[in-house]
This record gives sequence, structure tokens and C-alpha cells, in this order.
Amino acid sequence: MSWFLIAPILVPMTTAALAVLLWNQRPAQRAVSACGAGLHLITTILLMVQVWRGGILAGQMGDWPAPFGITLVADHLSAVMVLITGVMGFGVCLYSLSDMNENRENNGFHPLYHVLLTGVTGAFITGDLFNLYVWFEVMLIASFALLALGSEKEQLDGAIKYAAINLVSTVMFLIAIGTLYGLTGTLNMADLALRLPHVEQRGLVTTIAVLFMIAFGIKSAVFPLFFWLPASYHTPAVAVSAIFAGLLTKVGVYALVRTFTLIFTSDVAYTHGALLVVAGLTMVTGVLGAAAQNEIRRILSFHIISQIGYMIMGLALYTPLGLIGAVFYLVHHIIVKTNLFLVAGIIRRLTGSMELKRIGGLYKASPLLVVLFLIPALSLSGIPPLSGFWAKLVLIRASLEIGSYAIAATAVLVGALTLFSMTKIWGEAFWKPHPEGPARTLGIGDLTATERALLIGPIMVFAALTIAIGLWAQPFLDLATRASGELLERTPYIDAVMGVRP
Amino acid sequence: MLSAILGIFAWAVIAPIVARRWPRHAGWVLAIPPAFLTVWFASFVPGIAAGEAVREVTPWIPGLGVNLSFYLDGLSVTFALMICGIGALIVVYSGGYLRGDAMLPRFFLFILAFMGSMLGVVLADNVIALIVFWELTSVTSFLLIGYLHDSPQSRRSALQALLVTSLGGLIMMAGLILLGIVGGGFELSELADRGGFLREHPYYTAILFLILAGAFTKSAQFPFHFWLPNAMDAPTPVSAYLHSATMVKAGIYLMARLAPTLGGTEAWTLTLVTVGSITAVLGAVLAVRQTDLKRILAYTTITALGQLTMLIGIGGTYALETFTVYLLAHACYKGALFMGVGAVDHETGTRQVGELGGLLRLMPVTAAAIGLAALSNAGLPPFLGFIGKEFMYSSTLGLAEDGGMPALGWVVTAAMVVSNALMMVTAGLVFIKPFLGARTETPKAAHEAPIGLWLGPIVLAAAGLGLGVFHGELERLLVAPVAASLAGRPMEVHIYLWGGLTPPLWLSVATVALGIVLYLGWPRVKAGFDGVAAALRYDSDRGWDGFLKGLVKLAAAQTRVIQSGYLRHYVMFTITFTTVAIAATMVAFDALTAPSLMELDAPYTAWALALIVLTATAAAVLATSRLVAILSLGVVGVVIALIFLLYGAPDVAITQFMVETLVVIIVALVLARLPRLTAFARPNRRSALRDAVISIAFGAVVTALMLSVIDLPIPLDLSDFFASRSLTEGFGRNVVNVILVDFRAVDTLGEVLVVTTAGLGAFSLLKARPKRARRESPEDADATSSQQDGKPSVIEQNGDRP
Repeated sequence: MSWFLIAPILVPMTTAALAVLLWNQRPAQRAVSACGAGLHLITTILLMVQVWRGGILAGQMGDWPAPFGITLVADHLSAVMVLITGVMGFGVCLYSLSDMNENRENNGFHPLYHVLLTGVTGAFITGDLFNLYVWFEVMLIASFALLALGSEKEQLDGAIKYAAINLVSTVMFLIAIGTLYGLTGTLNMADLALRLPHVEQRGLVTTIAVLFMIAFGIKSAVFPLFFWLPASYHTPAVAVSAIFAGLLTKVGVYALVRTFTLIFTSDVAYTHGALLVVAGLTMVTGVLGAAAQNEIRRILSFHIISQIGYMIMGLALYTPLGLIGAVFYLVHHIIVKTNLFLVAGIIRRLTGSMELKRIGGLYKASPLLVVLFLIPALSLSGIPPLSGFWAKLVLIRASLEIGSYAIAATAVLVGALTLFSMTKIWGEAFWKPHPEGPARTLGIGDLTATERALLIGPIMVFAALTIAIGLWAQPFLDLATRASGELLERTPYIDAVMGVRP
Repeated sequence: MLSAILGIFAWAVIAPIVARRWPRHAGWVLAIPPAFLTVWFASFVPGIAAGEAVREVTPWIPGLGVNLSFYLDGLSVTFALMICGIGALIVVYSGGYLRGDAMLPRFFLFILAFMGSMLGVVLADNVIALIVFWELTSVTSFLLIGYLHDSPQSRRSALQALLVTSLGGLIMMAGLILLGIVGGGFELSELADRGGFLREHPYYTAILFLILAGAFTKSAQFPFHFWLPNAMDAPTPVSAYLHSATMVKAGIYLMARLAPTLGGTEAWTLTLVTVGSITAVLGAVLAVRQTDLKRILAYTTITALGQLTMLIGIGGTYALETFTVYLLAHACYKGALFMGVGAVDHETGTRQVGELGGLLRLMPVTAAAIGLAALSNAGLPPFLGFIGKEFMYSSTLGLAEDGGMPALGWVVTAAMVVSNALMMVTAGLVFIKPFLGARTETPKAAHEAPIGLWLGPIVLAAAGLGLGVFHGELERLLVAPVAASLAGRPMEVHIYLWGGLTPPLWLSVATVALGIVLYLGWPRVKAGFDGVAAALRYDSDRGWDGFLKGLVKLAAAQTRVIQSGYLRHYVMFTITFTTVAIAATMVAFDALTAPSLMELDAPYTAWALALIVLTATAAAVLATSRLVAILSLGVVGVVIALIFLLYGAPDVAITQFMVETLVVIIVALVLARLPRLTAFARPNRRSALRDAVISIAFGAVVTALMLSVIDLPIPLDLSDFFASRSLTEGFGRNVVNVILVDFRAVDTLGEVLVVTTAGLGAFSLLKARPKRARRESPEDADATSSQQDGKPSVIEQNGDRP
């Protein structure tokens, strides 16, 4: 049974190793990379199916019973996060085959990319706090290298800020783990959930909870800890920023959700109350940041922050519906955000820039791109019947149900502001004529057939997913409901981890 | 009904193909389904008039209580008839009006998609479904207003309409969700039965105003009216259809639909009547100030919307009758006027009142259509508009005499007389000025429009006349059912053209007289209003610009503060925030259980080592050369290794020794290639002090936390397990090693990956440097680290600041 859990980690790790072995053999490396991403997708689908059918899946690595060894565990939340990682990983990998320049490919893009996927998948599946730290490090080092890959000046500037602030997070995380271990003598998350209530010094537990909140808060880019994100996301290659935008911060959000439903639930009024305030401020500052930008990827980067706020809001409400909303938002956001970055890459190809002032004319030149932009953009702004609408609806309803009017009002207003900054991209890049004349804007027909397949193909699939989630929301809602139920109930997870004996 | 809506959406998707295939007749072909639906909906009318209502449910997202449920009663069937009937005429009209336009296929897509969305709004019984369609009308409207997207003015108007209506829509969504939560369900037909309970509920006022925010923005009520005239930048068919006949009435529809649920309270009546009346007068006043025919019509639409809102607010038999009559009358004459004016614009090249004249003989059919519609607009018998006006006075007088609000009733009555008189003026401006009087030179030589352009206006204008004449049938088939929908129970209604010499008739006469006087003195009236406007210096439209500009400015200011572009600021904020958060939590929750330093039980060697660590740290901070700094840090590392040794962890100590040695050597080697530190590092005293305080505070907080934790006993069952199983099951005497390679081997696997990737990353970073970067001077390279105080380097300015 454990193979379902291990495979999604081992496949990208092996792919990365193979890609390193094929250094300087670009065609072979590309083939391995694409096949590896495809295989990874298959393993993630298998895991999802397994969890959907049989419930929470846990595997004790090295057959050491929990809490002595390391447990890998997939509940519905983990499984769906892994699945979405597989989907995005494969799609963006195909996109990158056409998007990456030779220089970047020759300098290790493919191995680094798969190391990143390894780290992300590992973080979603592990049931051990220190092991989570290790996967965070894998992610951090791979993402740092990917950010810097190509060594453009602007990239290095972003990469250094990214790494420096994330290292601060790493330090906080480590201190938090160390002190928590000092209190409980264990690192297994399920075991922690069992032991922590017996710690008499409640104040220390809450303090350590705050430390975790800060460590993961930096990772998920919440207010006032998000500095690294807008500093770096607009600099690397499009495929790189797309996969970052989709997955990286969401690992932080996942970690927050996991720890603040499983482990730190003794003082919800304080911890989750603080999270709610953070959520509101994150939404507002993020969306205002976006309103101030004039470059597509910068606008989109600030939007990530704003939408992280919505996810944290769902966690902070700490009701079944709130967590459903958070899970729904996570999945929706990953698809839509990745897709928008991919579209931004196409916009640059067709118009020559991502600076809104310098581009235009896409509405006339490229009807297909109009559709492919509008779907994720409107979904992001919460326009029905696309995925983002349901995510927002659930969250607003969840907050109204328990009388959290301030956060509901914030969510509503930020929704309108989101629409405002998305229409800015629309107005400038699509409706406005190109400042250098209509001939400067190409259509999708001007791309080669291979480019169309590799670049447009993934975008179309992601857009189709967005529509599917919007029109057939019930299955996704069921999934989110199961995930939310497991998170709030806690015992199924704990039993799955602690009860399993090799 | 679901299939009707989905059918229209499907047809919208096919429309561009049809429009490309048969560019000349696309309008006629594409109008067939809406025309068919008009007939189909009409077939329900007799049944509904007999008291039946049709409800149809398809589950959509049962988990959220979202159904695609539809409800057809008097109110919704009337709206559906307007949407499909006028829609069919508009589609035909568009084919002629935009013939040959390259974007016409997309236009058909959007306008048909709008039609589907609008049908959804008026048919939906589930509030969430209603919101879905409501937002879709906003989006399709956005795409249609921006049809002439090359013009910045169009883009601005489209954005304005979208933002105003969707902000309202979002607020309304919150209100409707709250309504559903309080009312225990999301079906409007069920909520209507719980009206009594809901009106008594403490959340009633909140729900009401949240929902009204949506209705008022959508239906351009004061103070949100400003977007509607700007929306006239759209091609005329769009203005006629969305911004006069249908979409702007979505808010009216919603208020009417919720009347049995939320209506009848004092808050409801006061708000709707006041806002509606202000909107009506304001629209009429602004209308006579215009000289562009289309803008005149736009403002009179605002008047009509205000009057409709007011009528819903008044409630009662007269008002509800009037509502229906006036709703239909307005849809007919305003649709006809818009399309007619569009035809004039199309054939003459101008819509300015002063530039047009004597078109009667050149465009007789268009003239007939506009003339009939204008008479209805002016409220003259026997047109439907006349009945609407008569009954409007009955309603407001009713409010004054026995509605319990005499003062409001009289004021509103006066307001209606004024706005109706001004409406007459506009009717005159639209018909008499362009068609009668002396001929003028127009940019294009005027001649009669083709059939596609005059069919719609003439049909609608004739309908306004026909419905007025055959008002008996209208009363039975539509007015009574609609009134019943609004009242929430069957209603006895009676409408008539001649009711005797009643007060409403005298008011009508007064209105006509006032209207004629005002029309004759129009230039002076206009000048007078212009003067008032200039004195008031109030302009919501400019207010909007100011609002947006302010928003962007605020956003930019905020972002400049938060995202300064300096890494040191980011790190400083992060550390400060962490310190404060941890310290506050520790104090608030009494977590500081650490013994004071004096009580710590530690050997003297440990104290000595700690002192060395502190000294070396200080040396590192104060160092002016990198080499000294890195050596000092090396000392720190080595001493920490000694502490490990002191407390019995030789494995860890050895690892630490090795790492420290390597780090110092490697960094020292790298340093040799970097420029001198002193060029940048000249921190001023204040920032140095600030940094010192933050660092020391952070260190102190972490130390306090550590000491508090260490003070508590640590459960050792895991350690015991490792110690006992290490040899027997892990086959190694060195427990640390067995933990690394067996118990927690997954960690080690991950760390191996980290180290490998770091090497890989460093390799590619060095190798991949573009050639031009390699040639740059060392100073530039150093600046990329951006950690120095002093002026921002070039890179930082290009960095992440907005």
C-alpha cells in the first residue's frame, strides 16, 4: 500500500536524477523530463483514487512504527494537493519545453524542476514535522536555483531577496520544531496531536503555535510577511514563475491548514482569531498592491497574496464550511493562477512585452487568446459560473453563518478590487490598440504548430478544468467536504497514522 | 425553461459561425430562436392569468443548496416576453446597423449570451442561480459597452459600468446569502411565504440595504446613476436593449420580486420612494440639458427607472397596476426611440439636436415610429404611456391621502409632475426638432433607413399604441398577474383611459401644460439648469474618476511603503514582527517560565564558552572587513561545537567542526574575489542603533522561549526506543547514525537531495551567466546583493518596486 504514497515522491526524484545523468543531451533530457512529469501525474491520480475509495492512507517508512520512524500519510486534503501538483507539474513541463531557452535548459532547468516537484509532493504527503522541514528545504533550494537560472541581473536581485527571507522562515520553523520537540518529545504530527493536550504549560504551546504561524506565514506570503513574493515572481522564465505561482505559497498554506487543524487547536480564539485578522489584511494589501502595478506578472503576483488571504480566511473561520471553502479555493486558485502566468507568457510572445503600456491589440489579433485569458481571469475575479465564484461564495457564506461580518465585507470588497485590476490587463493588453501599430500584435496562428501544441495545449486544458469545476462543482465540493471533515474530526487521521502497525 | 436558457447560450456560441457564413442576413436568421421563445412564453400567459405558476427544478450543486430552479409567474413571464420579444427585434436591427463590421460575429455572440443571462435573471427561483445570471449580465454588458474598444472613452465607460454594477452585485450577493441563511432556504418562491418572519427579523434592515445596493447600482438609481449615460458609448442596439429595455431593469425586477418578501415596511417604502423620486427628477433635469439625442434618451431612462422604483416602494393596487403598465409602456417607447434615433444617426451621421431638422419627408417610416413612441413617452392618450402617467398620479396621491405618509406623498406627486413634464420636453426634442421644422445639412445625405433598421422601432411604437387601445386584454393577461406577483396574492385590478374628471386627470392636464411651456422655453430652461449645475459643481462622473484615482494613489502609496525594494527593510520588518508577536504572546499567556540566568545550573566552562560566543558575535557585527567577520563567525561555530561536546554529543560536535572549517575556508576564498566592503558599509548611527535593538530583542525573545522550554521535562520515550532498538533492529551501535540512515532515513534522503541540488544550482548559476553580465565591473556585481546601506543601486530601482 505504501507504494501509492512513495511513488509520487520517487518518480520526480528519479526523473531529476536521470535528467542530471543526461546533462548536455538536450533532446533526451527533454523527453525524460516530459515522461517523468507524465508518470508523476499518473502516480498522483492513483493516489487520489486510492484515498477516494479507501480513505486515509498511511505508510510507515522503513517499517518503523509511528511515531518512531517517518510516516507518510495522505488524507483527502493531501491527496488532492498532490493530484493538483501532478496536473500542474505535467502541464507546465510541456509548456516549458517550448518556453525555455537553450541556455536555461542546458544549465539544469529540467533536473531542478523535478526536484521542485519532489519537494512539493513530499511536503504534502509527509506526516512528520521535521520531514516537512526537509521537504521545505528541498523546495527552497530548487526554487532558488530555478529563480536564478539564466542569471539575468533582475533575476539575481529577486532570487537573493527570495532566498534571504525564506531562510528567515526556515530558521523560525526550525526553532519552532525544536521547542515543540522539547515539550513533547515527538515529531510525528499525529502523535503531537495526541501528546500536546497533556502539556501543562499552555502558554508555551500557544507561543510555539505563533512561531509556526510566522514560519508558514512567510512561506505562504501573508501580510506582513510577503515581501519576498512580489520581489521575485516577475523575474524568472514564464514556466518557472507559473509553477511557483501555482504551488509554492500553497505549500505554506497547506502547512498552516495542517498544523492549525491537527496540532494547534487548543486556543482557537487566539490563534485562529489572529489568522482571521491576518487573512483580512492580506487580502486588502495584496489587492491594493496589484492595483498599483502596471506589469502583468507583477499584478498577478500581488493577486496571489490577496488570494492567499481568502484561503487563510477559510482556515481561520474554523467551521466545516470555512474549511471546505479553503480547500476549494486552494485547488481553484492553483489551476487558475498557474494558467494566468502561462497566458502572460503568450501575451509576451504575441506583443513583445508584459508592460501594459507597451502592448495591446490582442482583442482583434487573437480571439482564441481572448477566451483563454477571460476564463481564468474572470474565474480569479469570482465571476460565475467559474470555479472562483463558488470558492468565494462558500467562504462568504461561511463567514456570514457565524456572524464574522467584517471578514465577509472584506471578502466582498476585495472581490470587486480584484475585478478592477484584472480589467486593467484586459483593457490595456486586449482592447487598447498596440502603441506601435496593429502589426506589432501577432495572433496565435503566427506560432508554429509545435509551439501551439506545447504552449496553448496546457492553457486550454487548465481553462477547461476551470470551467468544469464551475459547472460541475458538486464532485469537487464533495471532495472538499470530505477533506474538511477529516481535518476537523482529527481522529481518522490520527488513527490512520498511529493505528497502523507494520 | 432551463432548455430555453441553455438553448439561447448554445445559439450564442453558434452565432459567430452563422454571422460569418451569411453576413448579409445574419440578423434575420439569428432572430428566429428569440422570436420563437417569445411565442413560447406567450403561450404560458393565459394559464398564468388563470392563476397558475410554473416551477421547474434541476439540482445543480445540492451541497450548497444551489438549484437551477425557475419560476414563471406574471412578473417573470412579462420580463421574459420583453427580453425575447425586444431581443428578436434588436438582433434584426443589429444586423442592419452594424452590417459589414468586422467584429459583428462577436457582437452577436455577446448579445445573445446577454439575452440568455437576462432570461436566467428573471426566471431564476434560486437566489444563487439568480446571482450567477446577474453577474453574467454585467460581464456581457461590459463586453458590449466596450465594443468600440479602440476608443479610450468606450473602455472607460465599459469599466465603469462593470465596476459599479459588480460591486453592487457582490454586496447584493452577501445580502441574498444572508437572506437565505435567515430564511432557511434559497428559493425565492419559498422565501416569499416567510415574508412576515423575515420582516420582523433583526437582520431585516441589513439584508434589505445589502440587496438594494445591488438593485440600485444595476438600475442606475441615484447616487449610482452616472454609469448609465456613459454606457451609451456602446452601439445603439446595445443601448436600446441592455441599457434601456432589459438589463437596467434587472434591479427593478429584483425589487419587484422581493416585494412580497421584504416589502411593505417603513424602511422599504421610504427608501424606495425617496431614492426613486430623486432619481426620476434628476434624470429628467439632466435629460433636458443634453443635445445628443442618445444621451437625452439615456437620462430619460434614468427617470423611468426612478419612477418604477418609486412605484414598487409605494405598493398597493394603483401602484402595482401602474408599475406593470409603465414597465411595458417604457419598454416599448424607449426601445422604439433608441432604435429610431440610431437609424437617424446611421443615415445622417449625427445625433445632435441642433444639426437635425426636417427629416419627416426623407425618413417617413422612422419618423412615424419615433412620433408614435414620443407621444407615448409624452404621456398623451390613447397611448400606454398616458395610462401609466394617470395611474402614477393615482398612486402618489394615494400615498399622500391614505398611505400614512402625507408629506412624502405630496412631495413625490410634485416631483412626478415635474419629471413627467420634463419627459414631454424630451419627447419633443427627440421628435419635433429632428423631423419637423426646417431642413438642415447633415454629414451624410439623409434617406430612409433599410427595413432592418425601421422594423423594430415601428413594431414597438405600434405596440405602445395597441396596448393602450386594447388595455382590457392587457389588464387581464399581464397587469393582474404581475400585480399578483408583487403583492404576493391575487389582485383585483382595473385600468382605463378615461376615469372621469378626477384629480389625476387634472394633474395630467397640468403636466401637459407645464411640458408645453418648458418645451417652448427649452433653450432658457437648459441654460438655467446648466447654471444651477455649474453653481453646484457636483458631477458624479468626475467623482468616480477622483475615486479611482484616489484608489490607485492609495494603492501605490501603500505598496511603496510595504514593498520598498530593499532587502534589509524586508528582513527588518519580518524579524521585528516576529519578535513582537512572540513576545506579546508569551506575555499574554504567561508563557515566560524560564528561570532567571542566575539560577541556571551550568558549569563554569559553559559560562566561559557562552561569553566567547557573545564576544565573537560582537566582533562579527562590528568588523569592518569581511574576513574578520567570517573568522569571528567561525569562532562562534567552533565554540558551539565545544558546547555540544561538553553536553555529550560528540557526533554532532564533529559534524559542526567540519562544517565550520569548510565554511570559513570556502567563504574566505570567495571573499578574495569580492570588492572591499567599506565602499558601501557606512551605516549611520541611528540605523545601527535600530538594527542593534531589533537584533538583541529577537535574540532575547528566542532565548527566553528556549529556556522556558528546556526548563520543562522532555519525554524520552522516543530516545529510549532508538537506544534500545539501534543495535538489535538497526544493526548499528552509533544511535545517531542509525537514526540518520534507518529510523529517519527519509529525512536523510531529502537532505542528500538538498545538498546535490545546491551544488547543481551553484554550478548552473556560475555557468549560465550571460556574457554581457560577465563583463560587468565588480561594483555592479556587488550591488546585486543589495544588503548595504546607502543609496539604492540601479538594480534595486529596477527591482520589485512599483
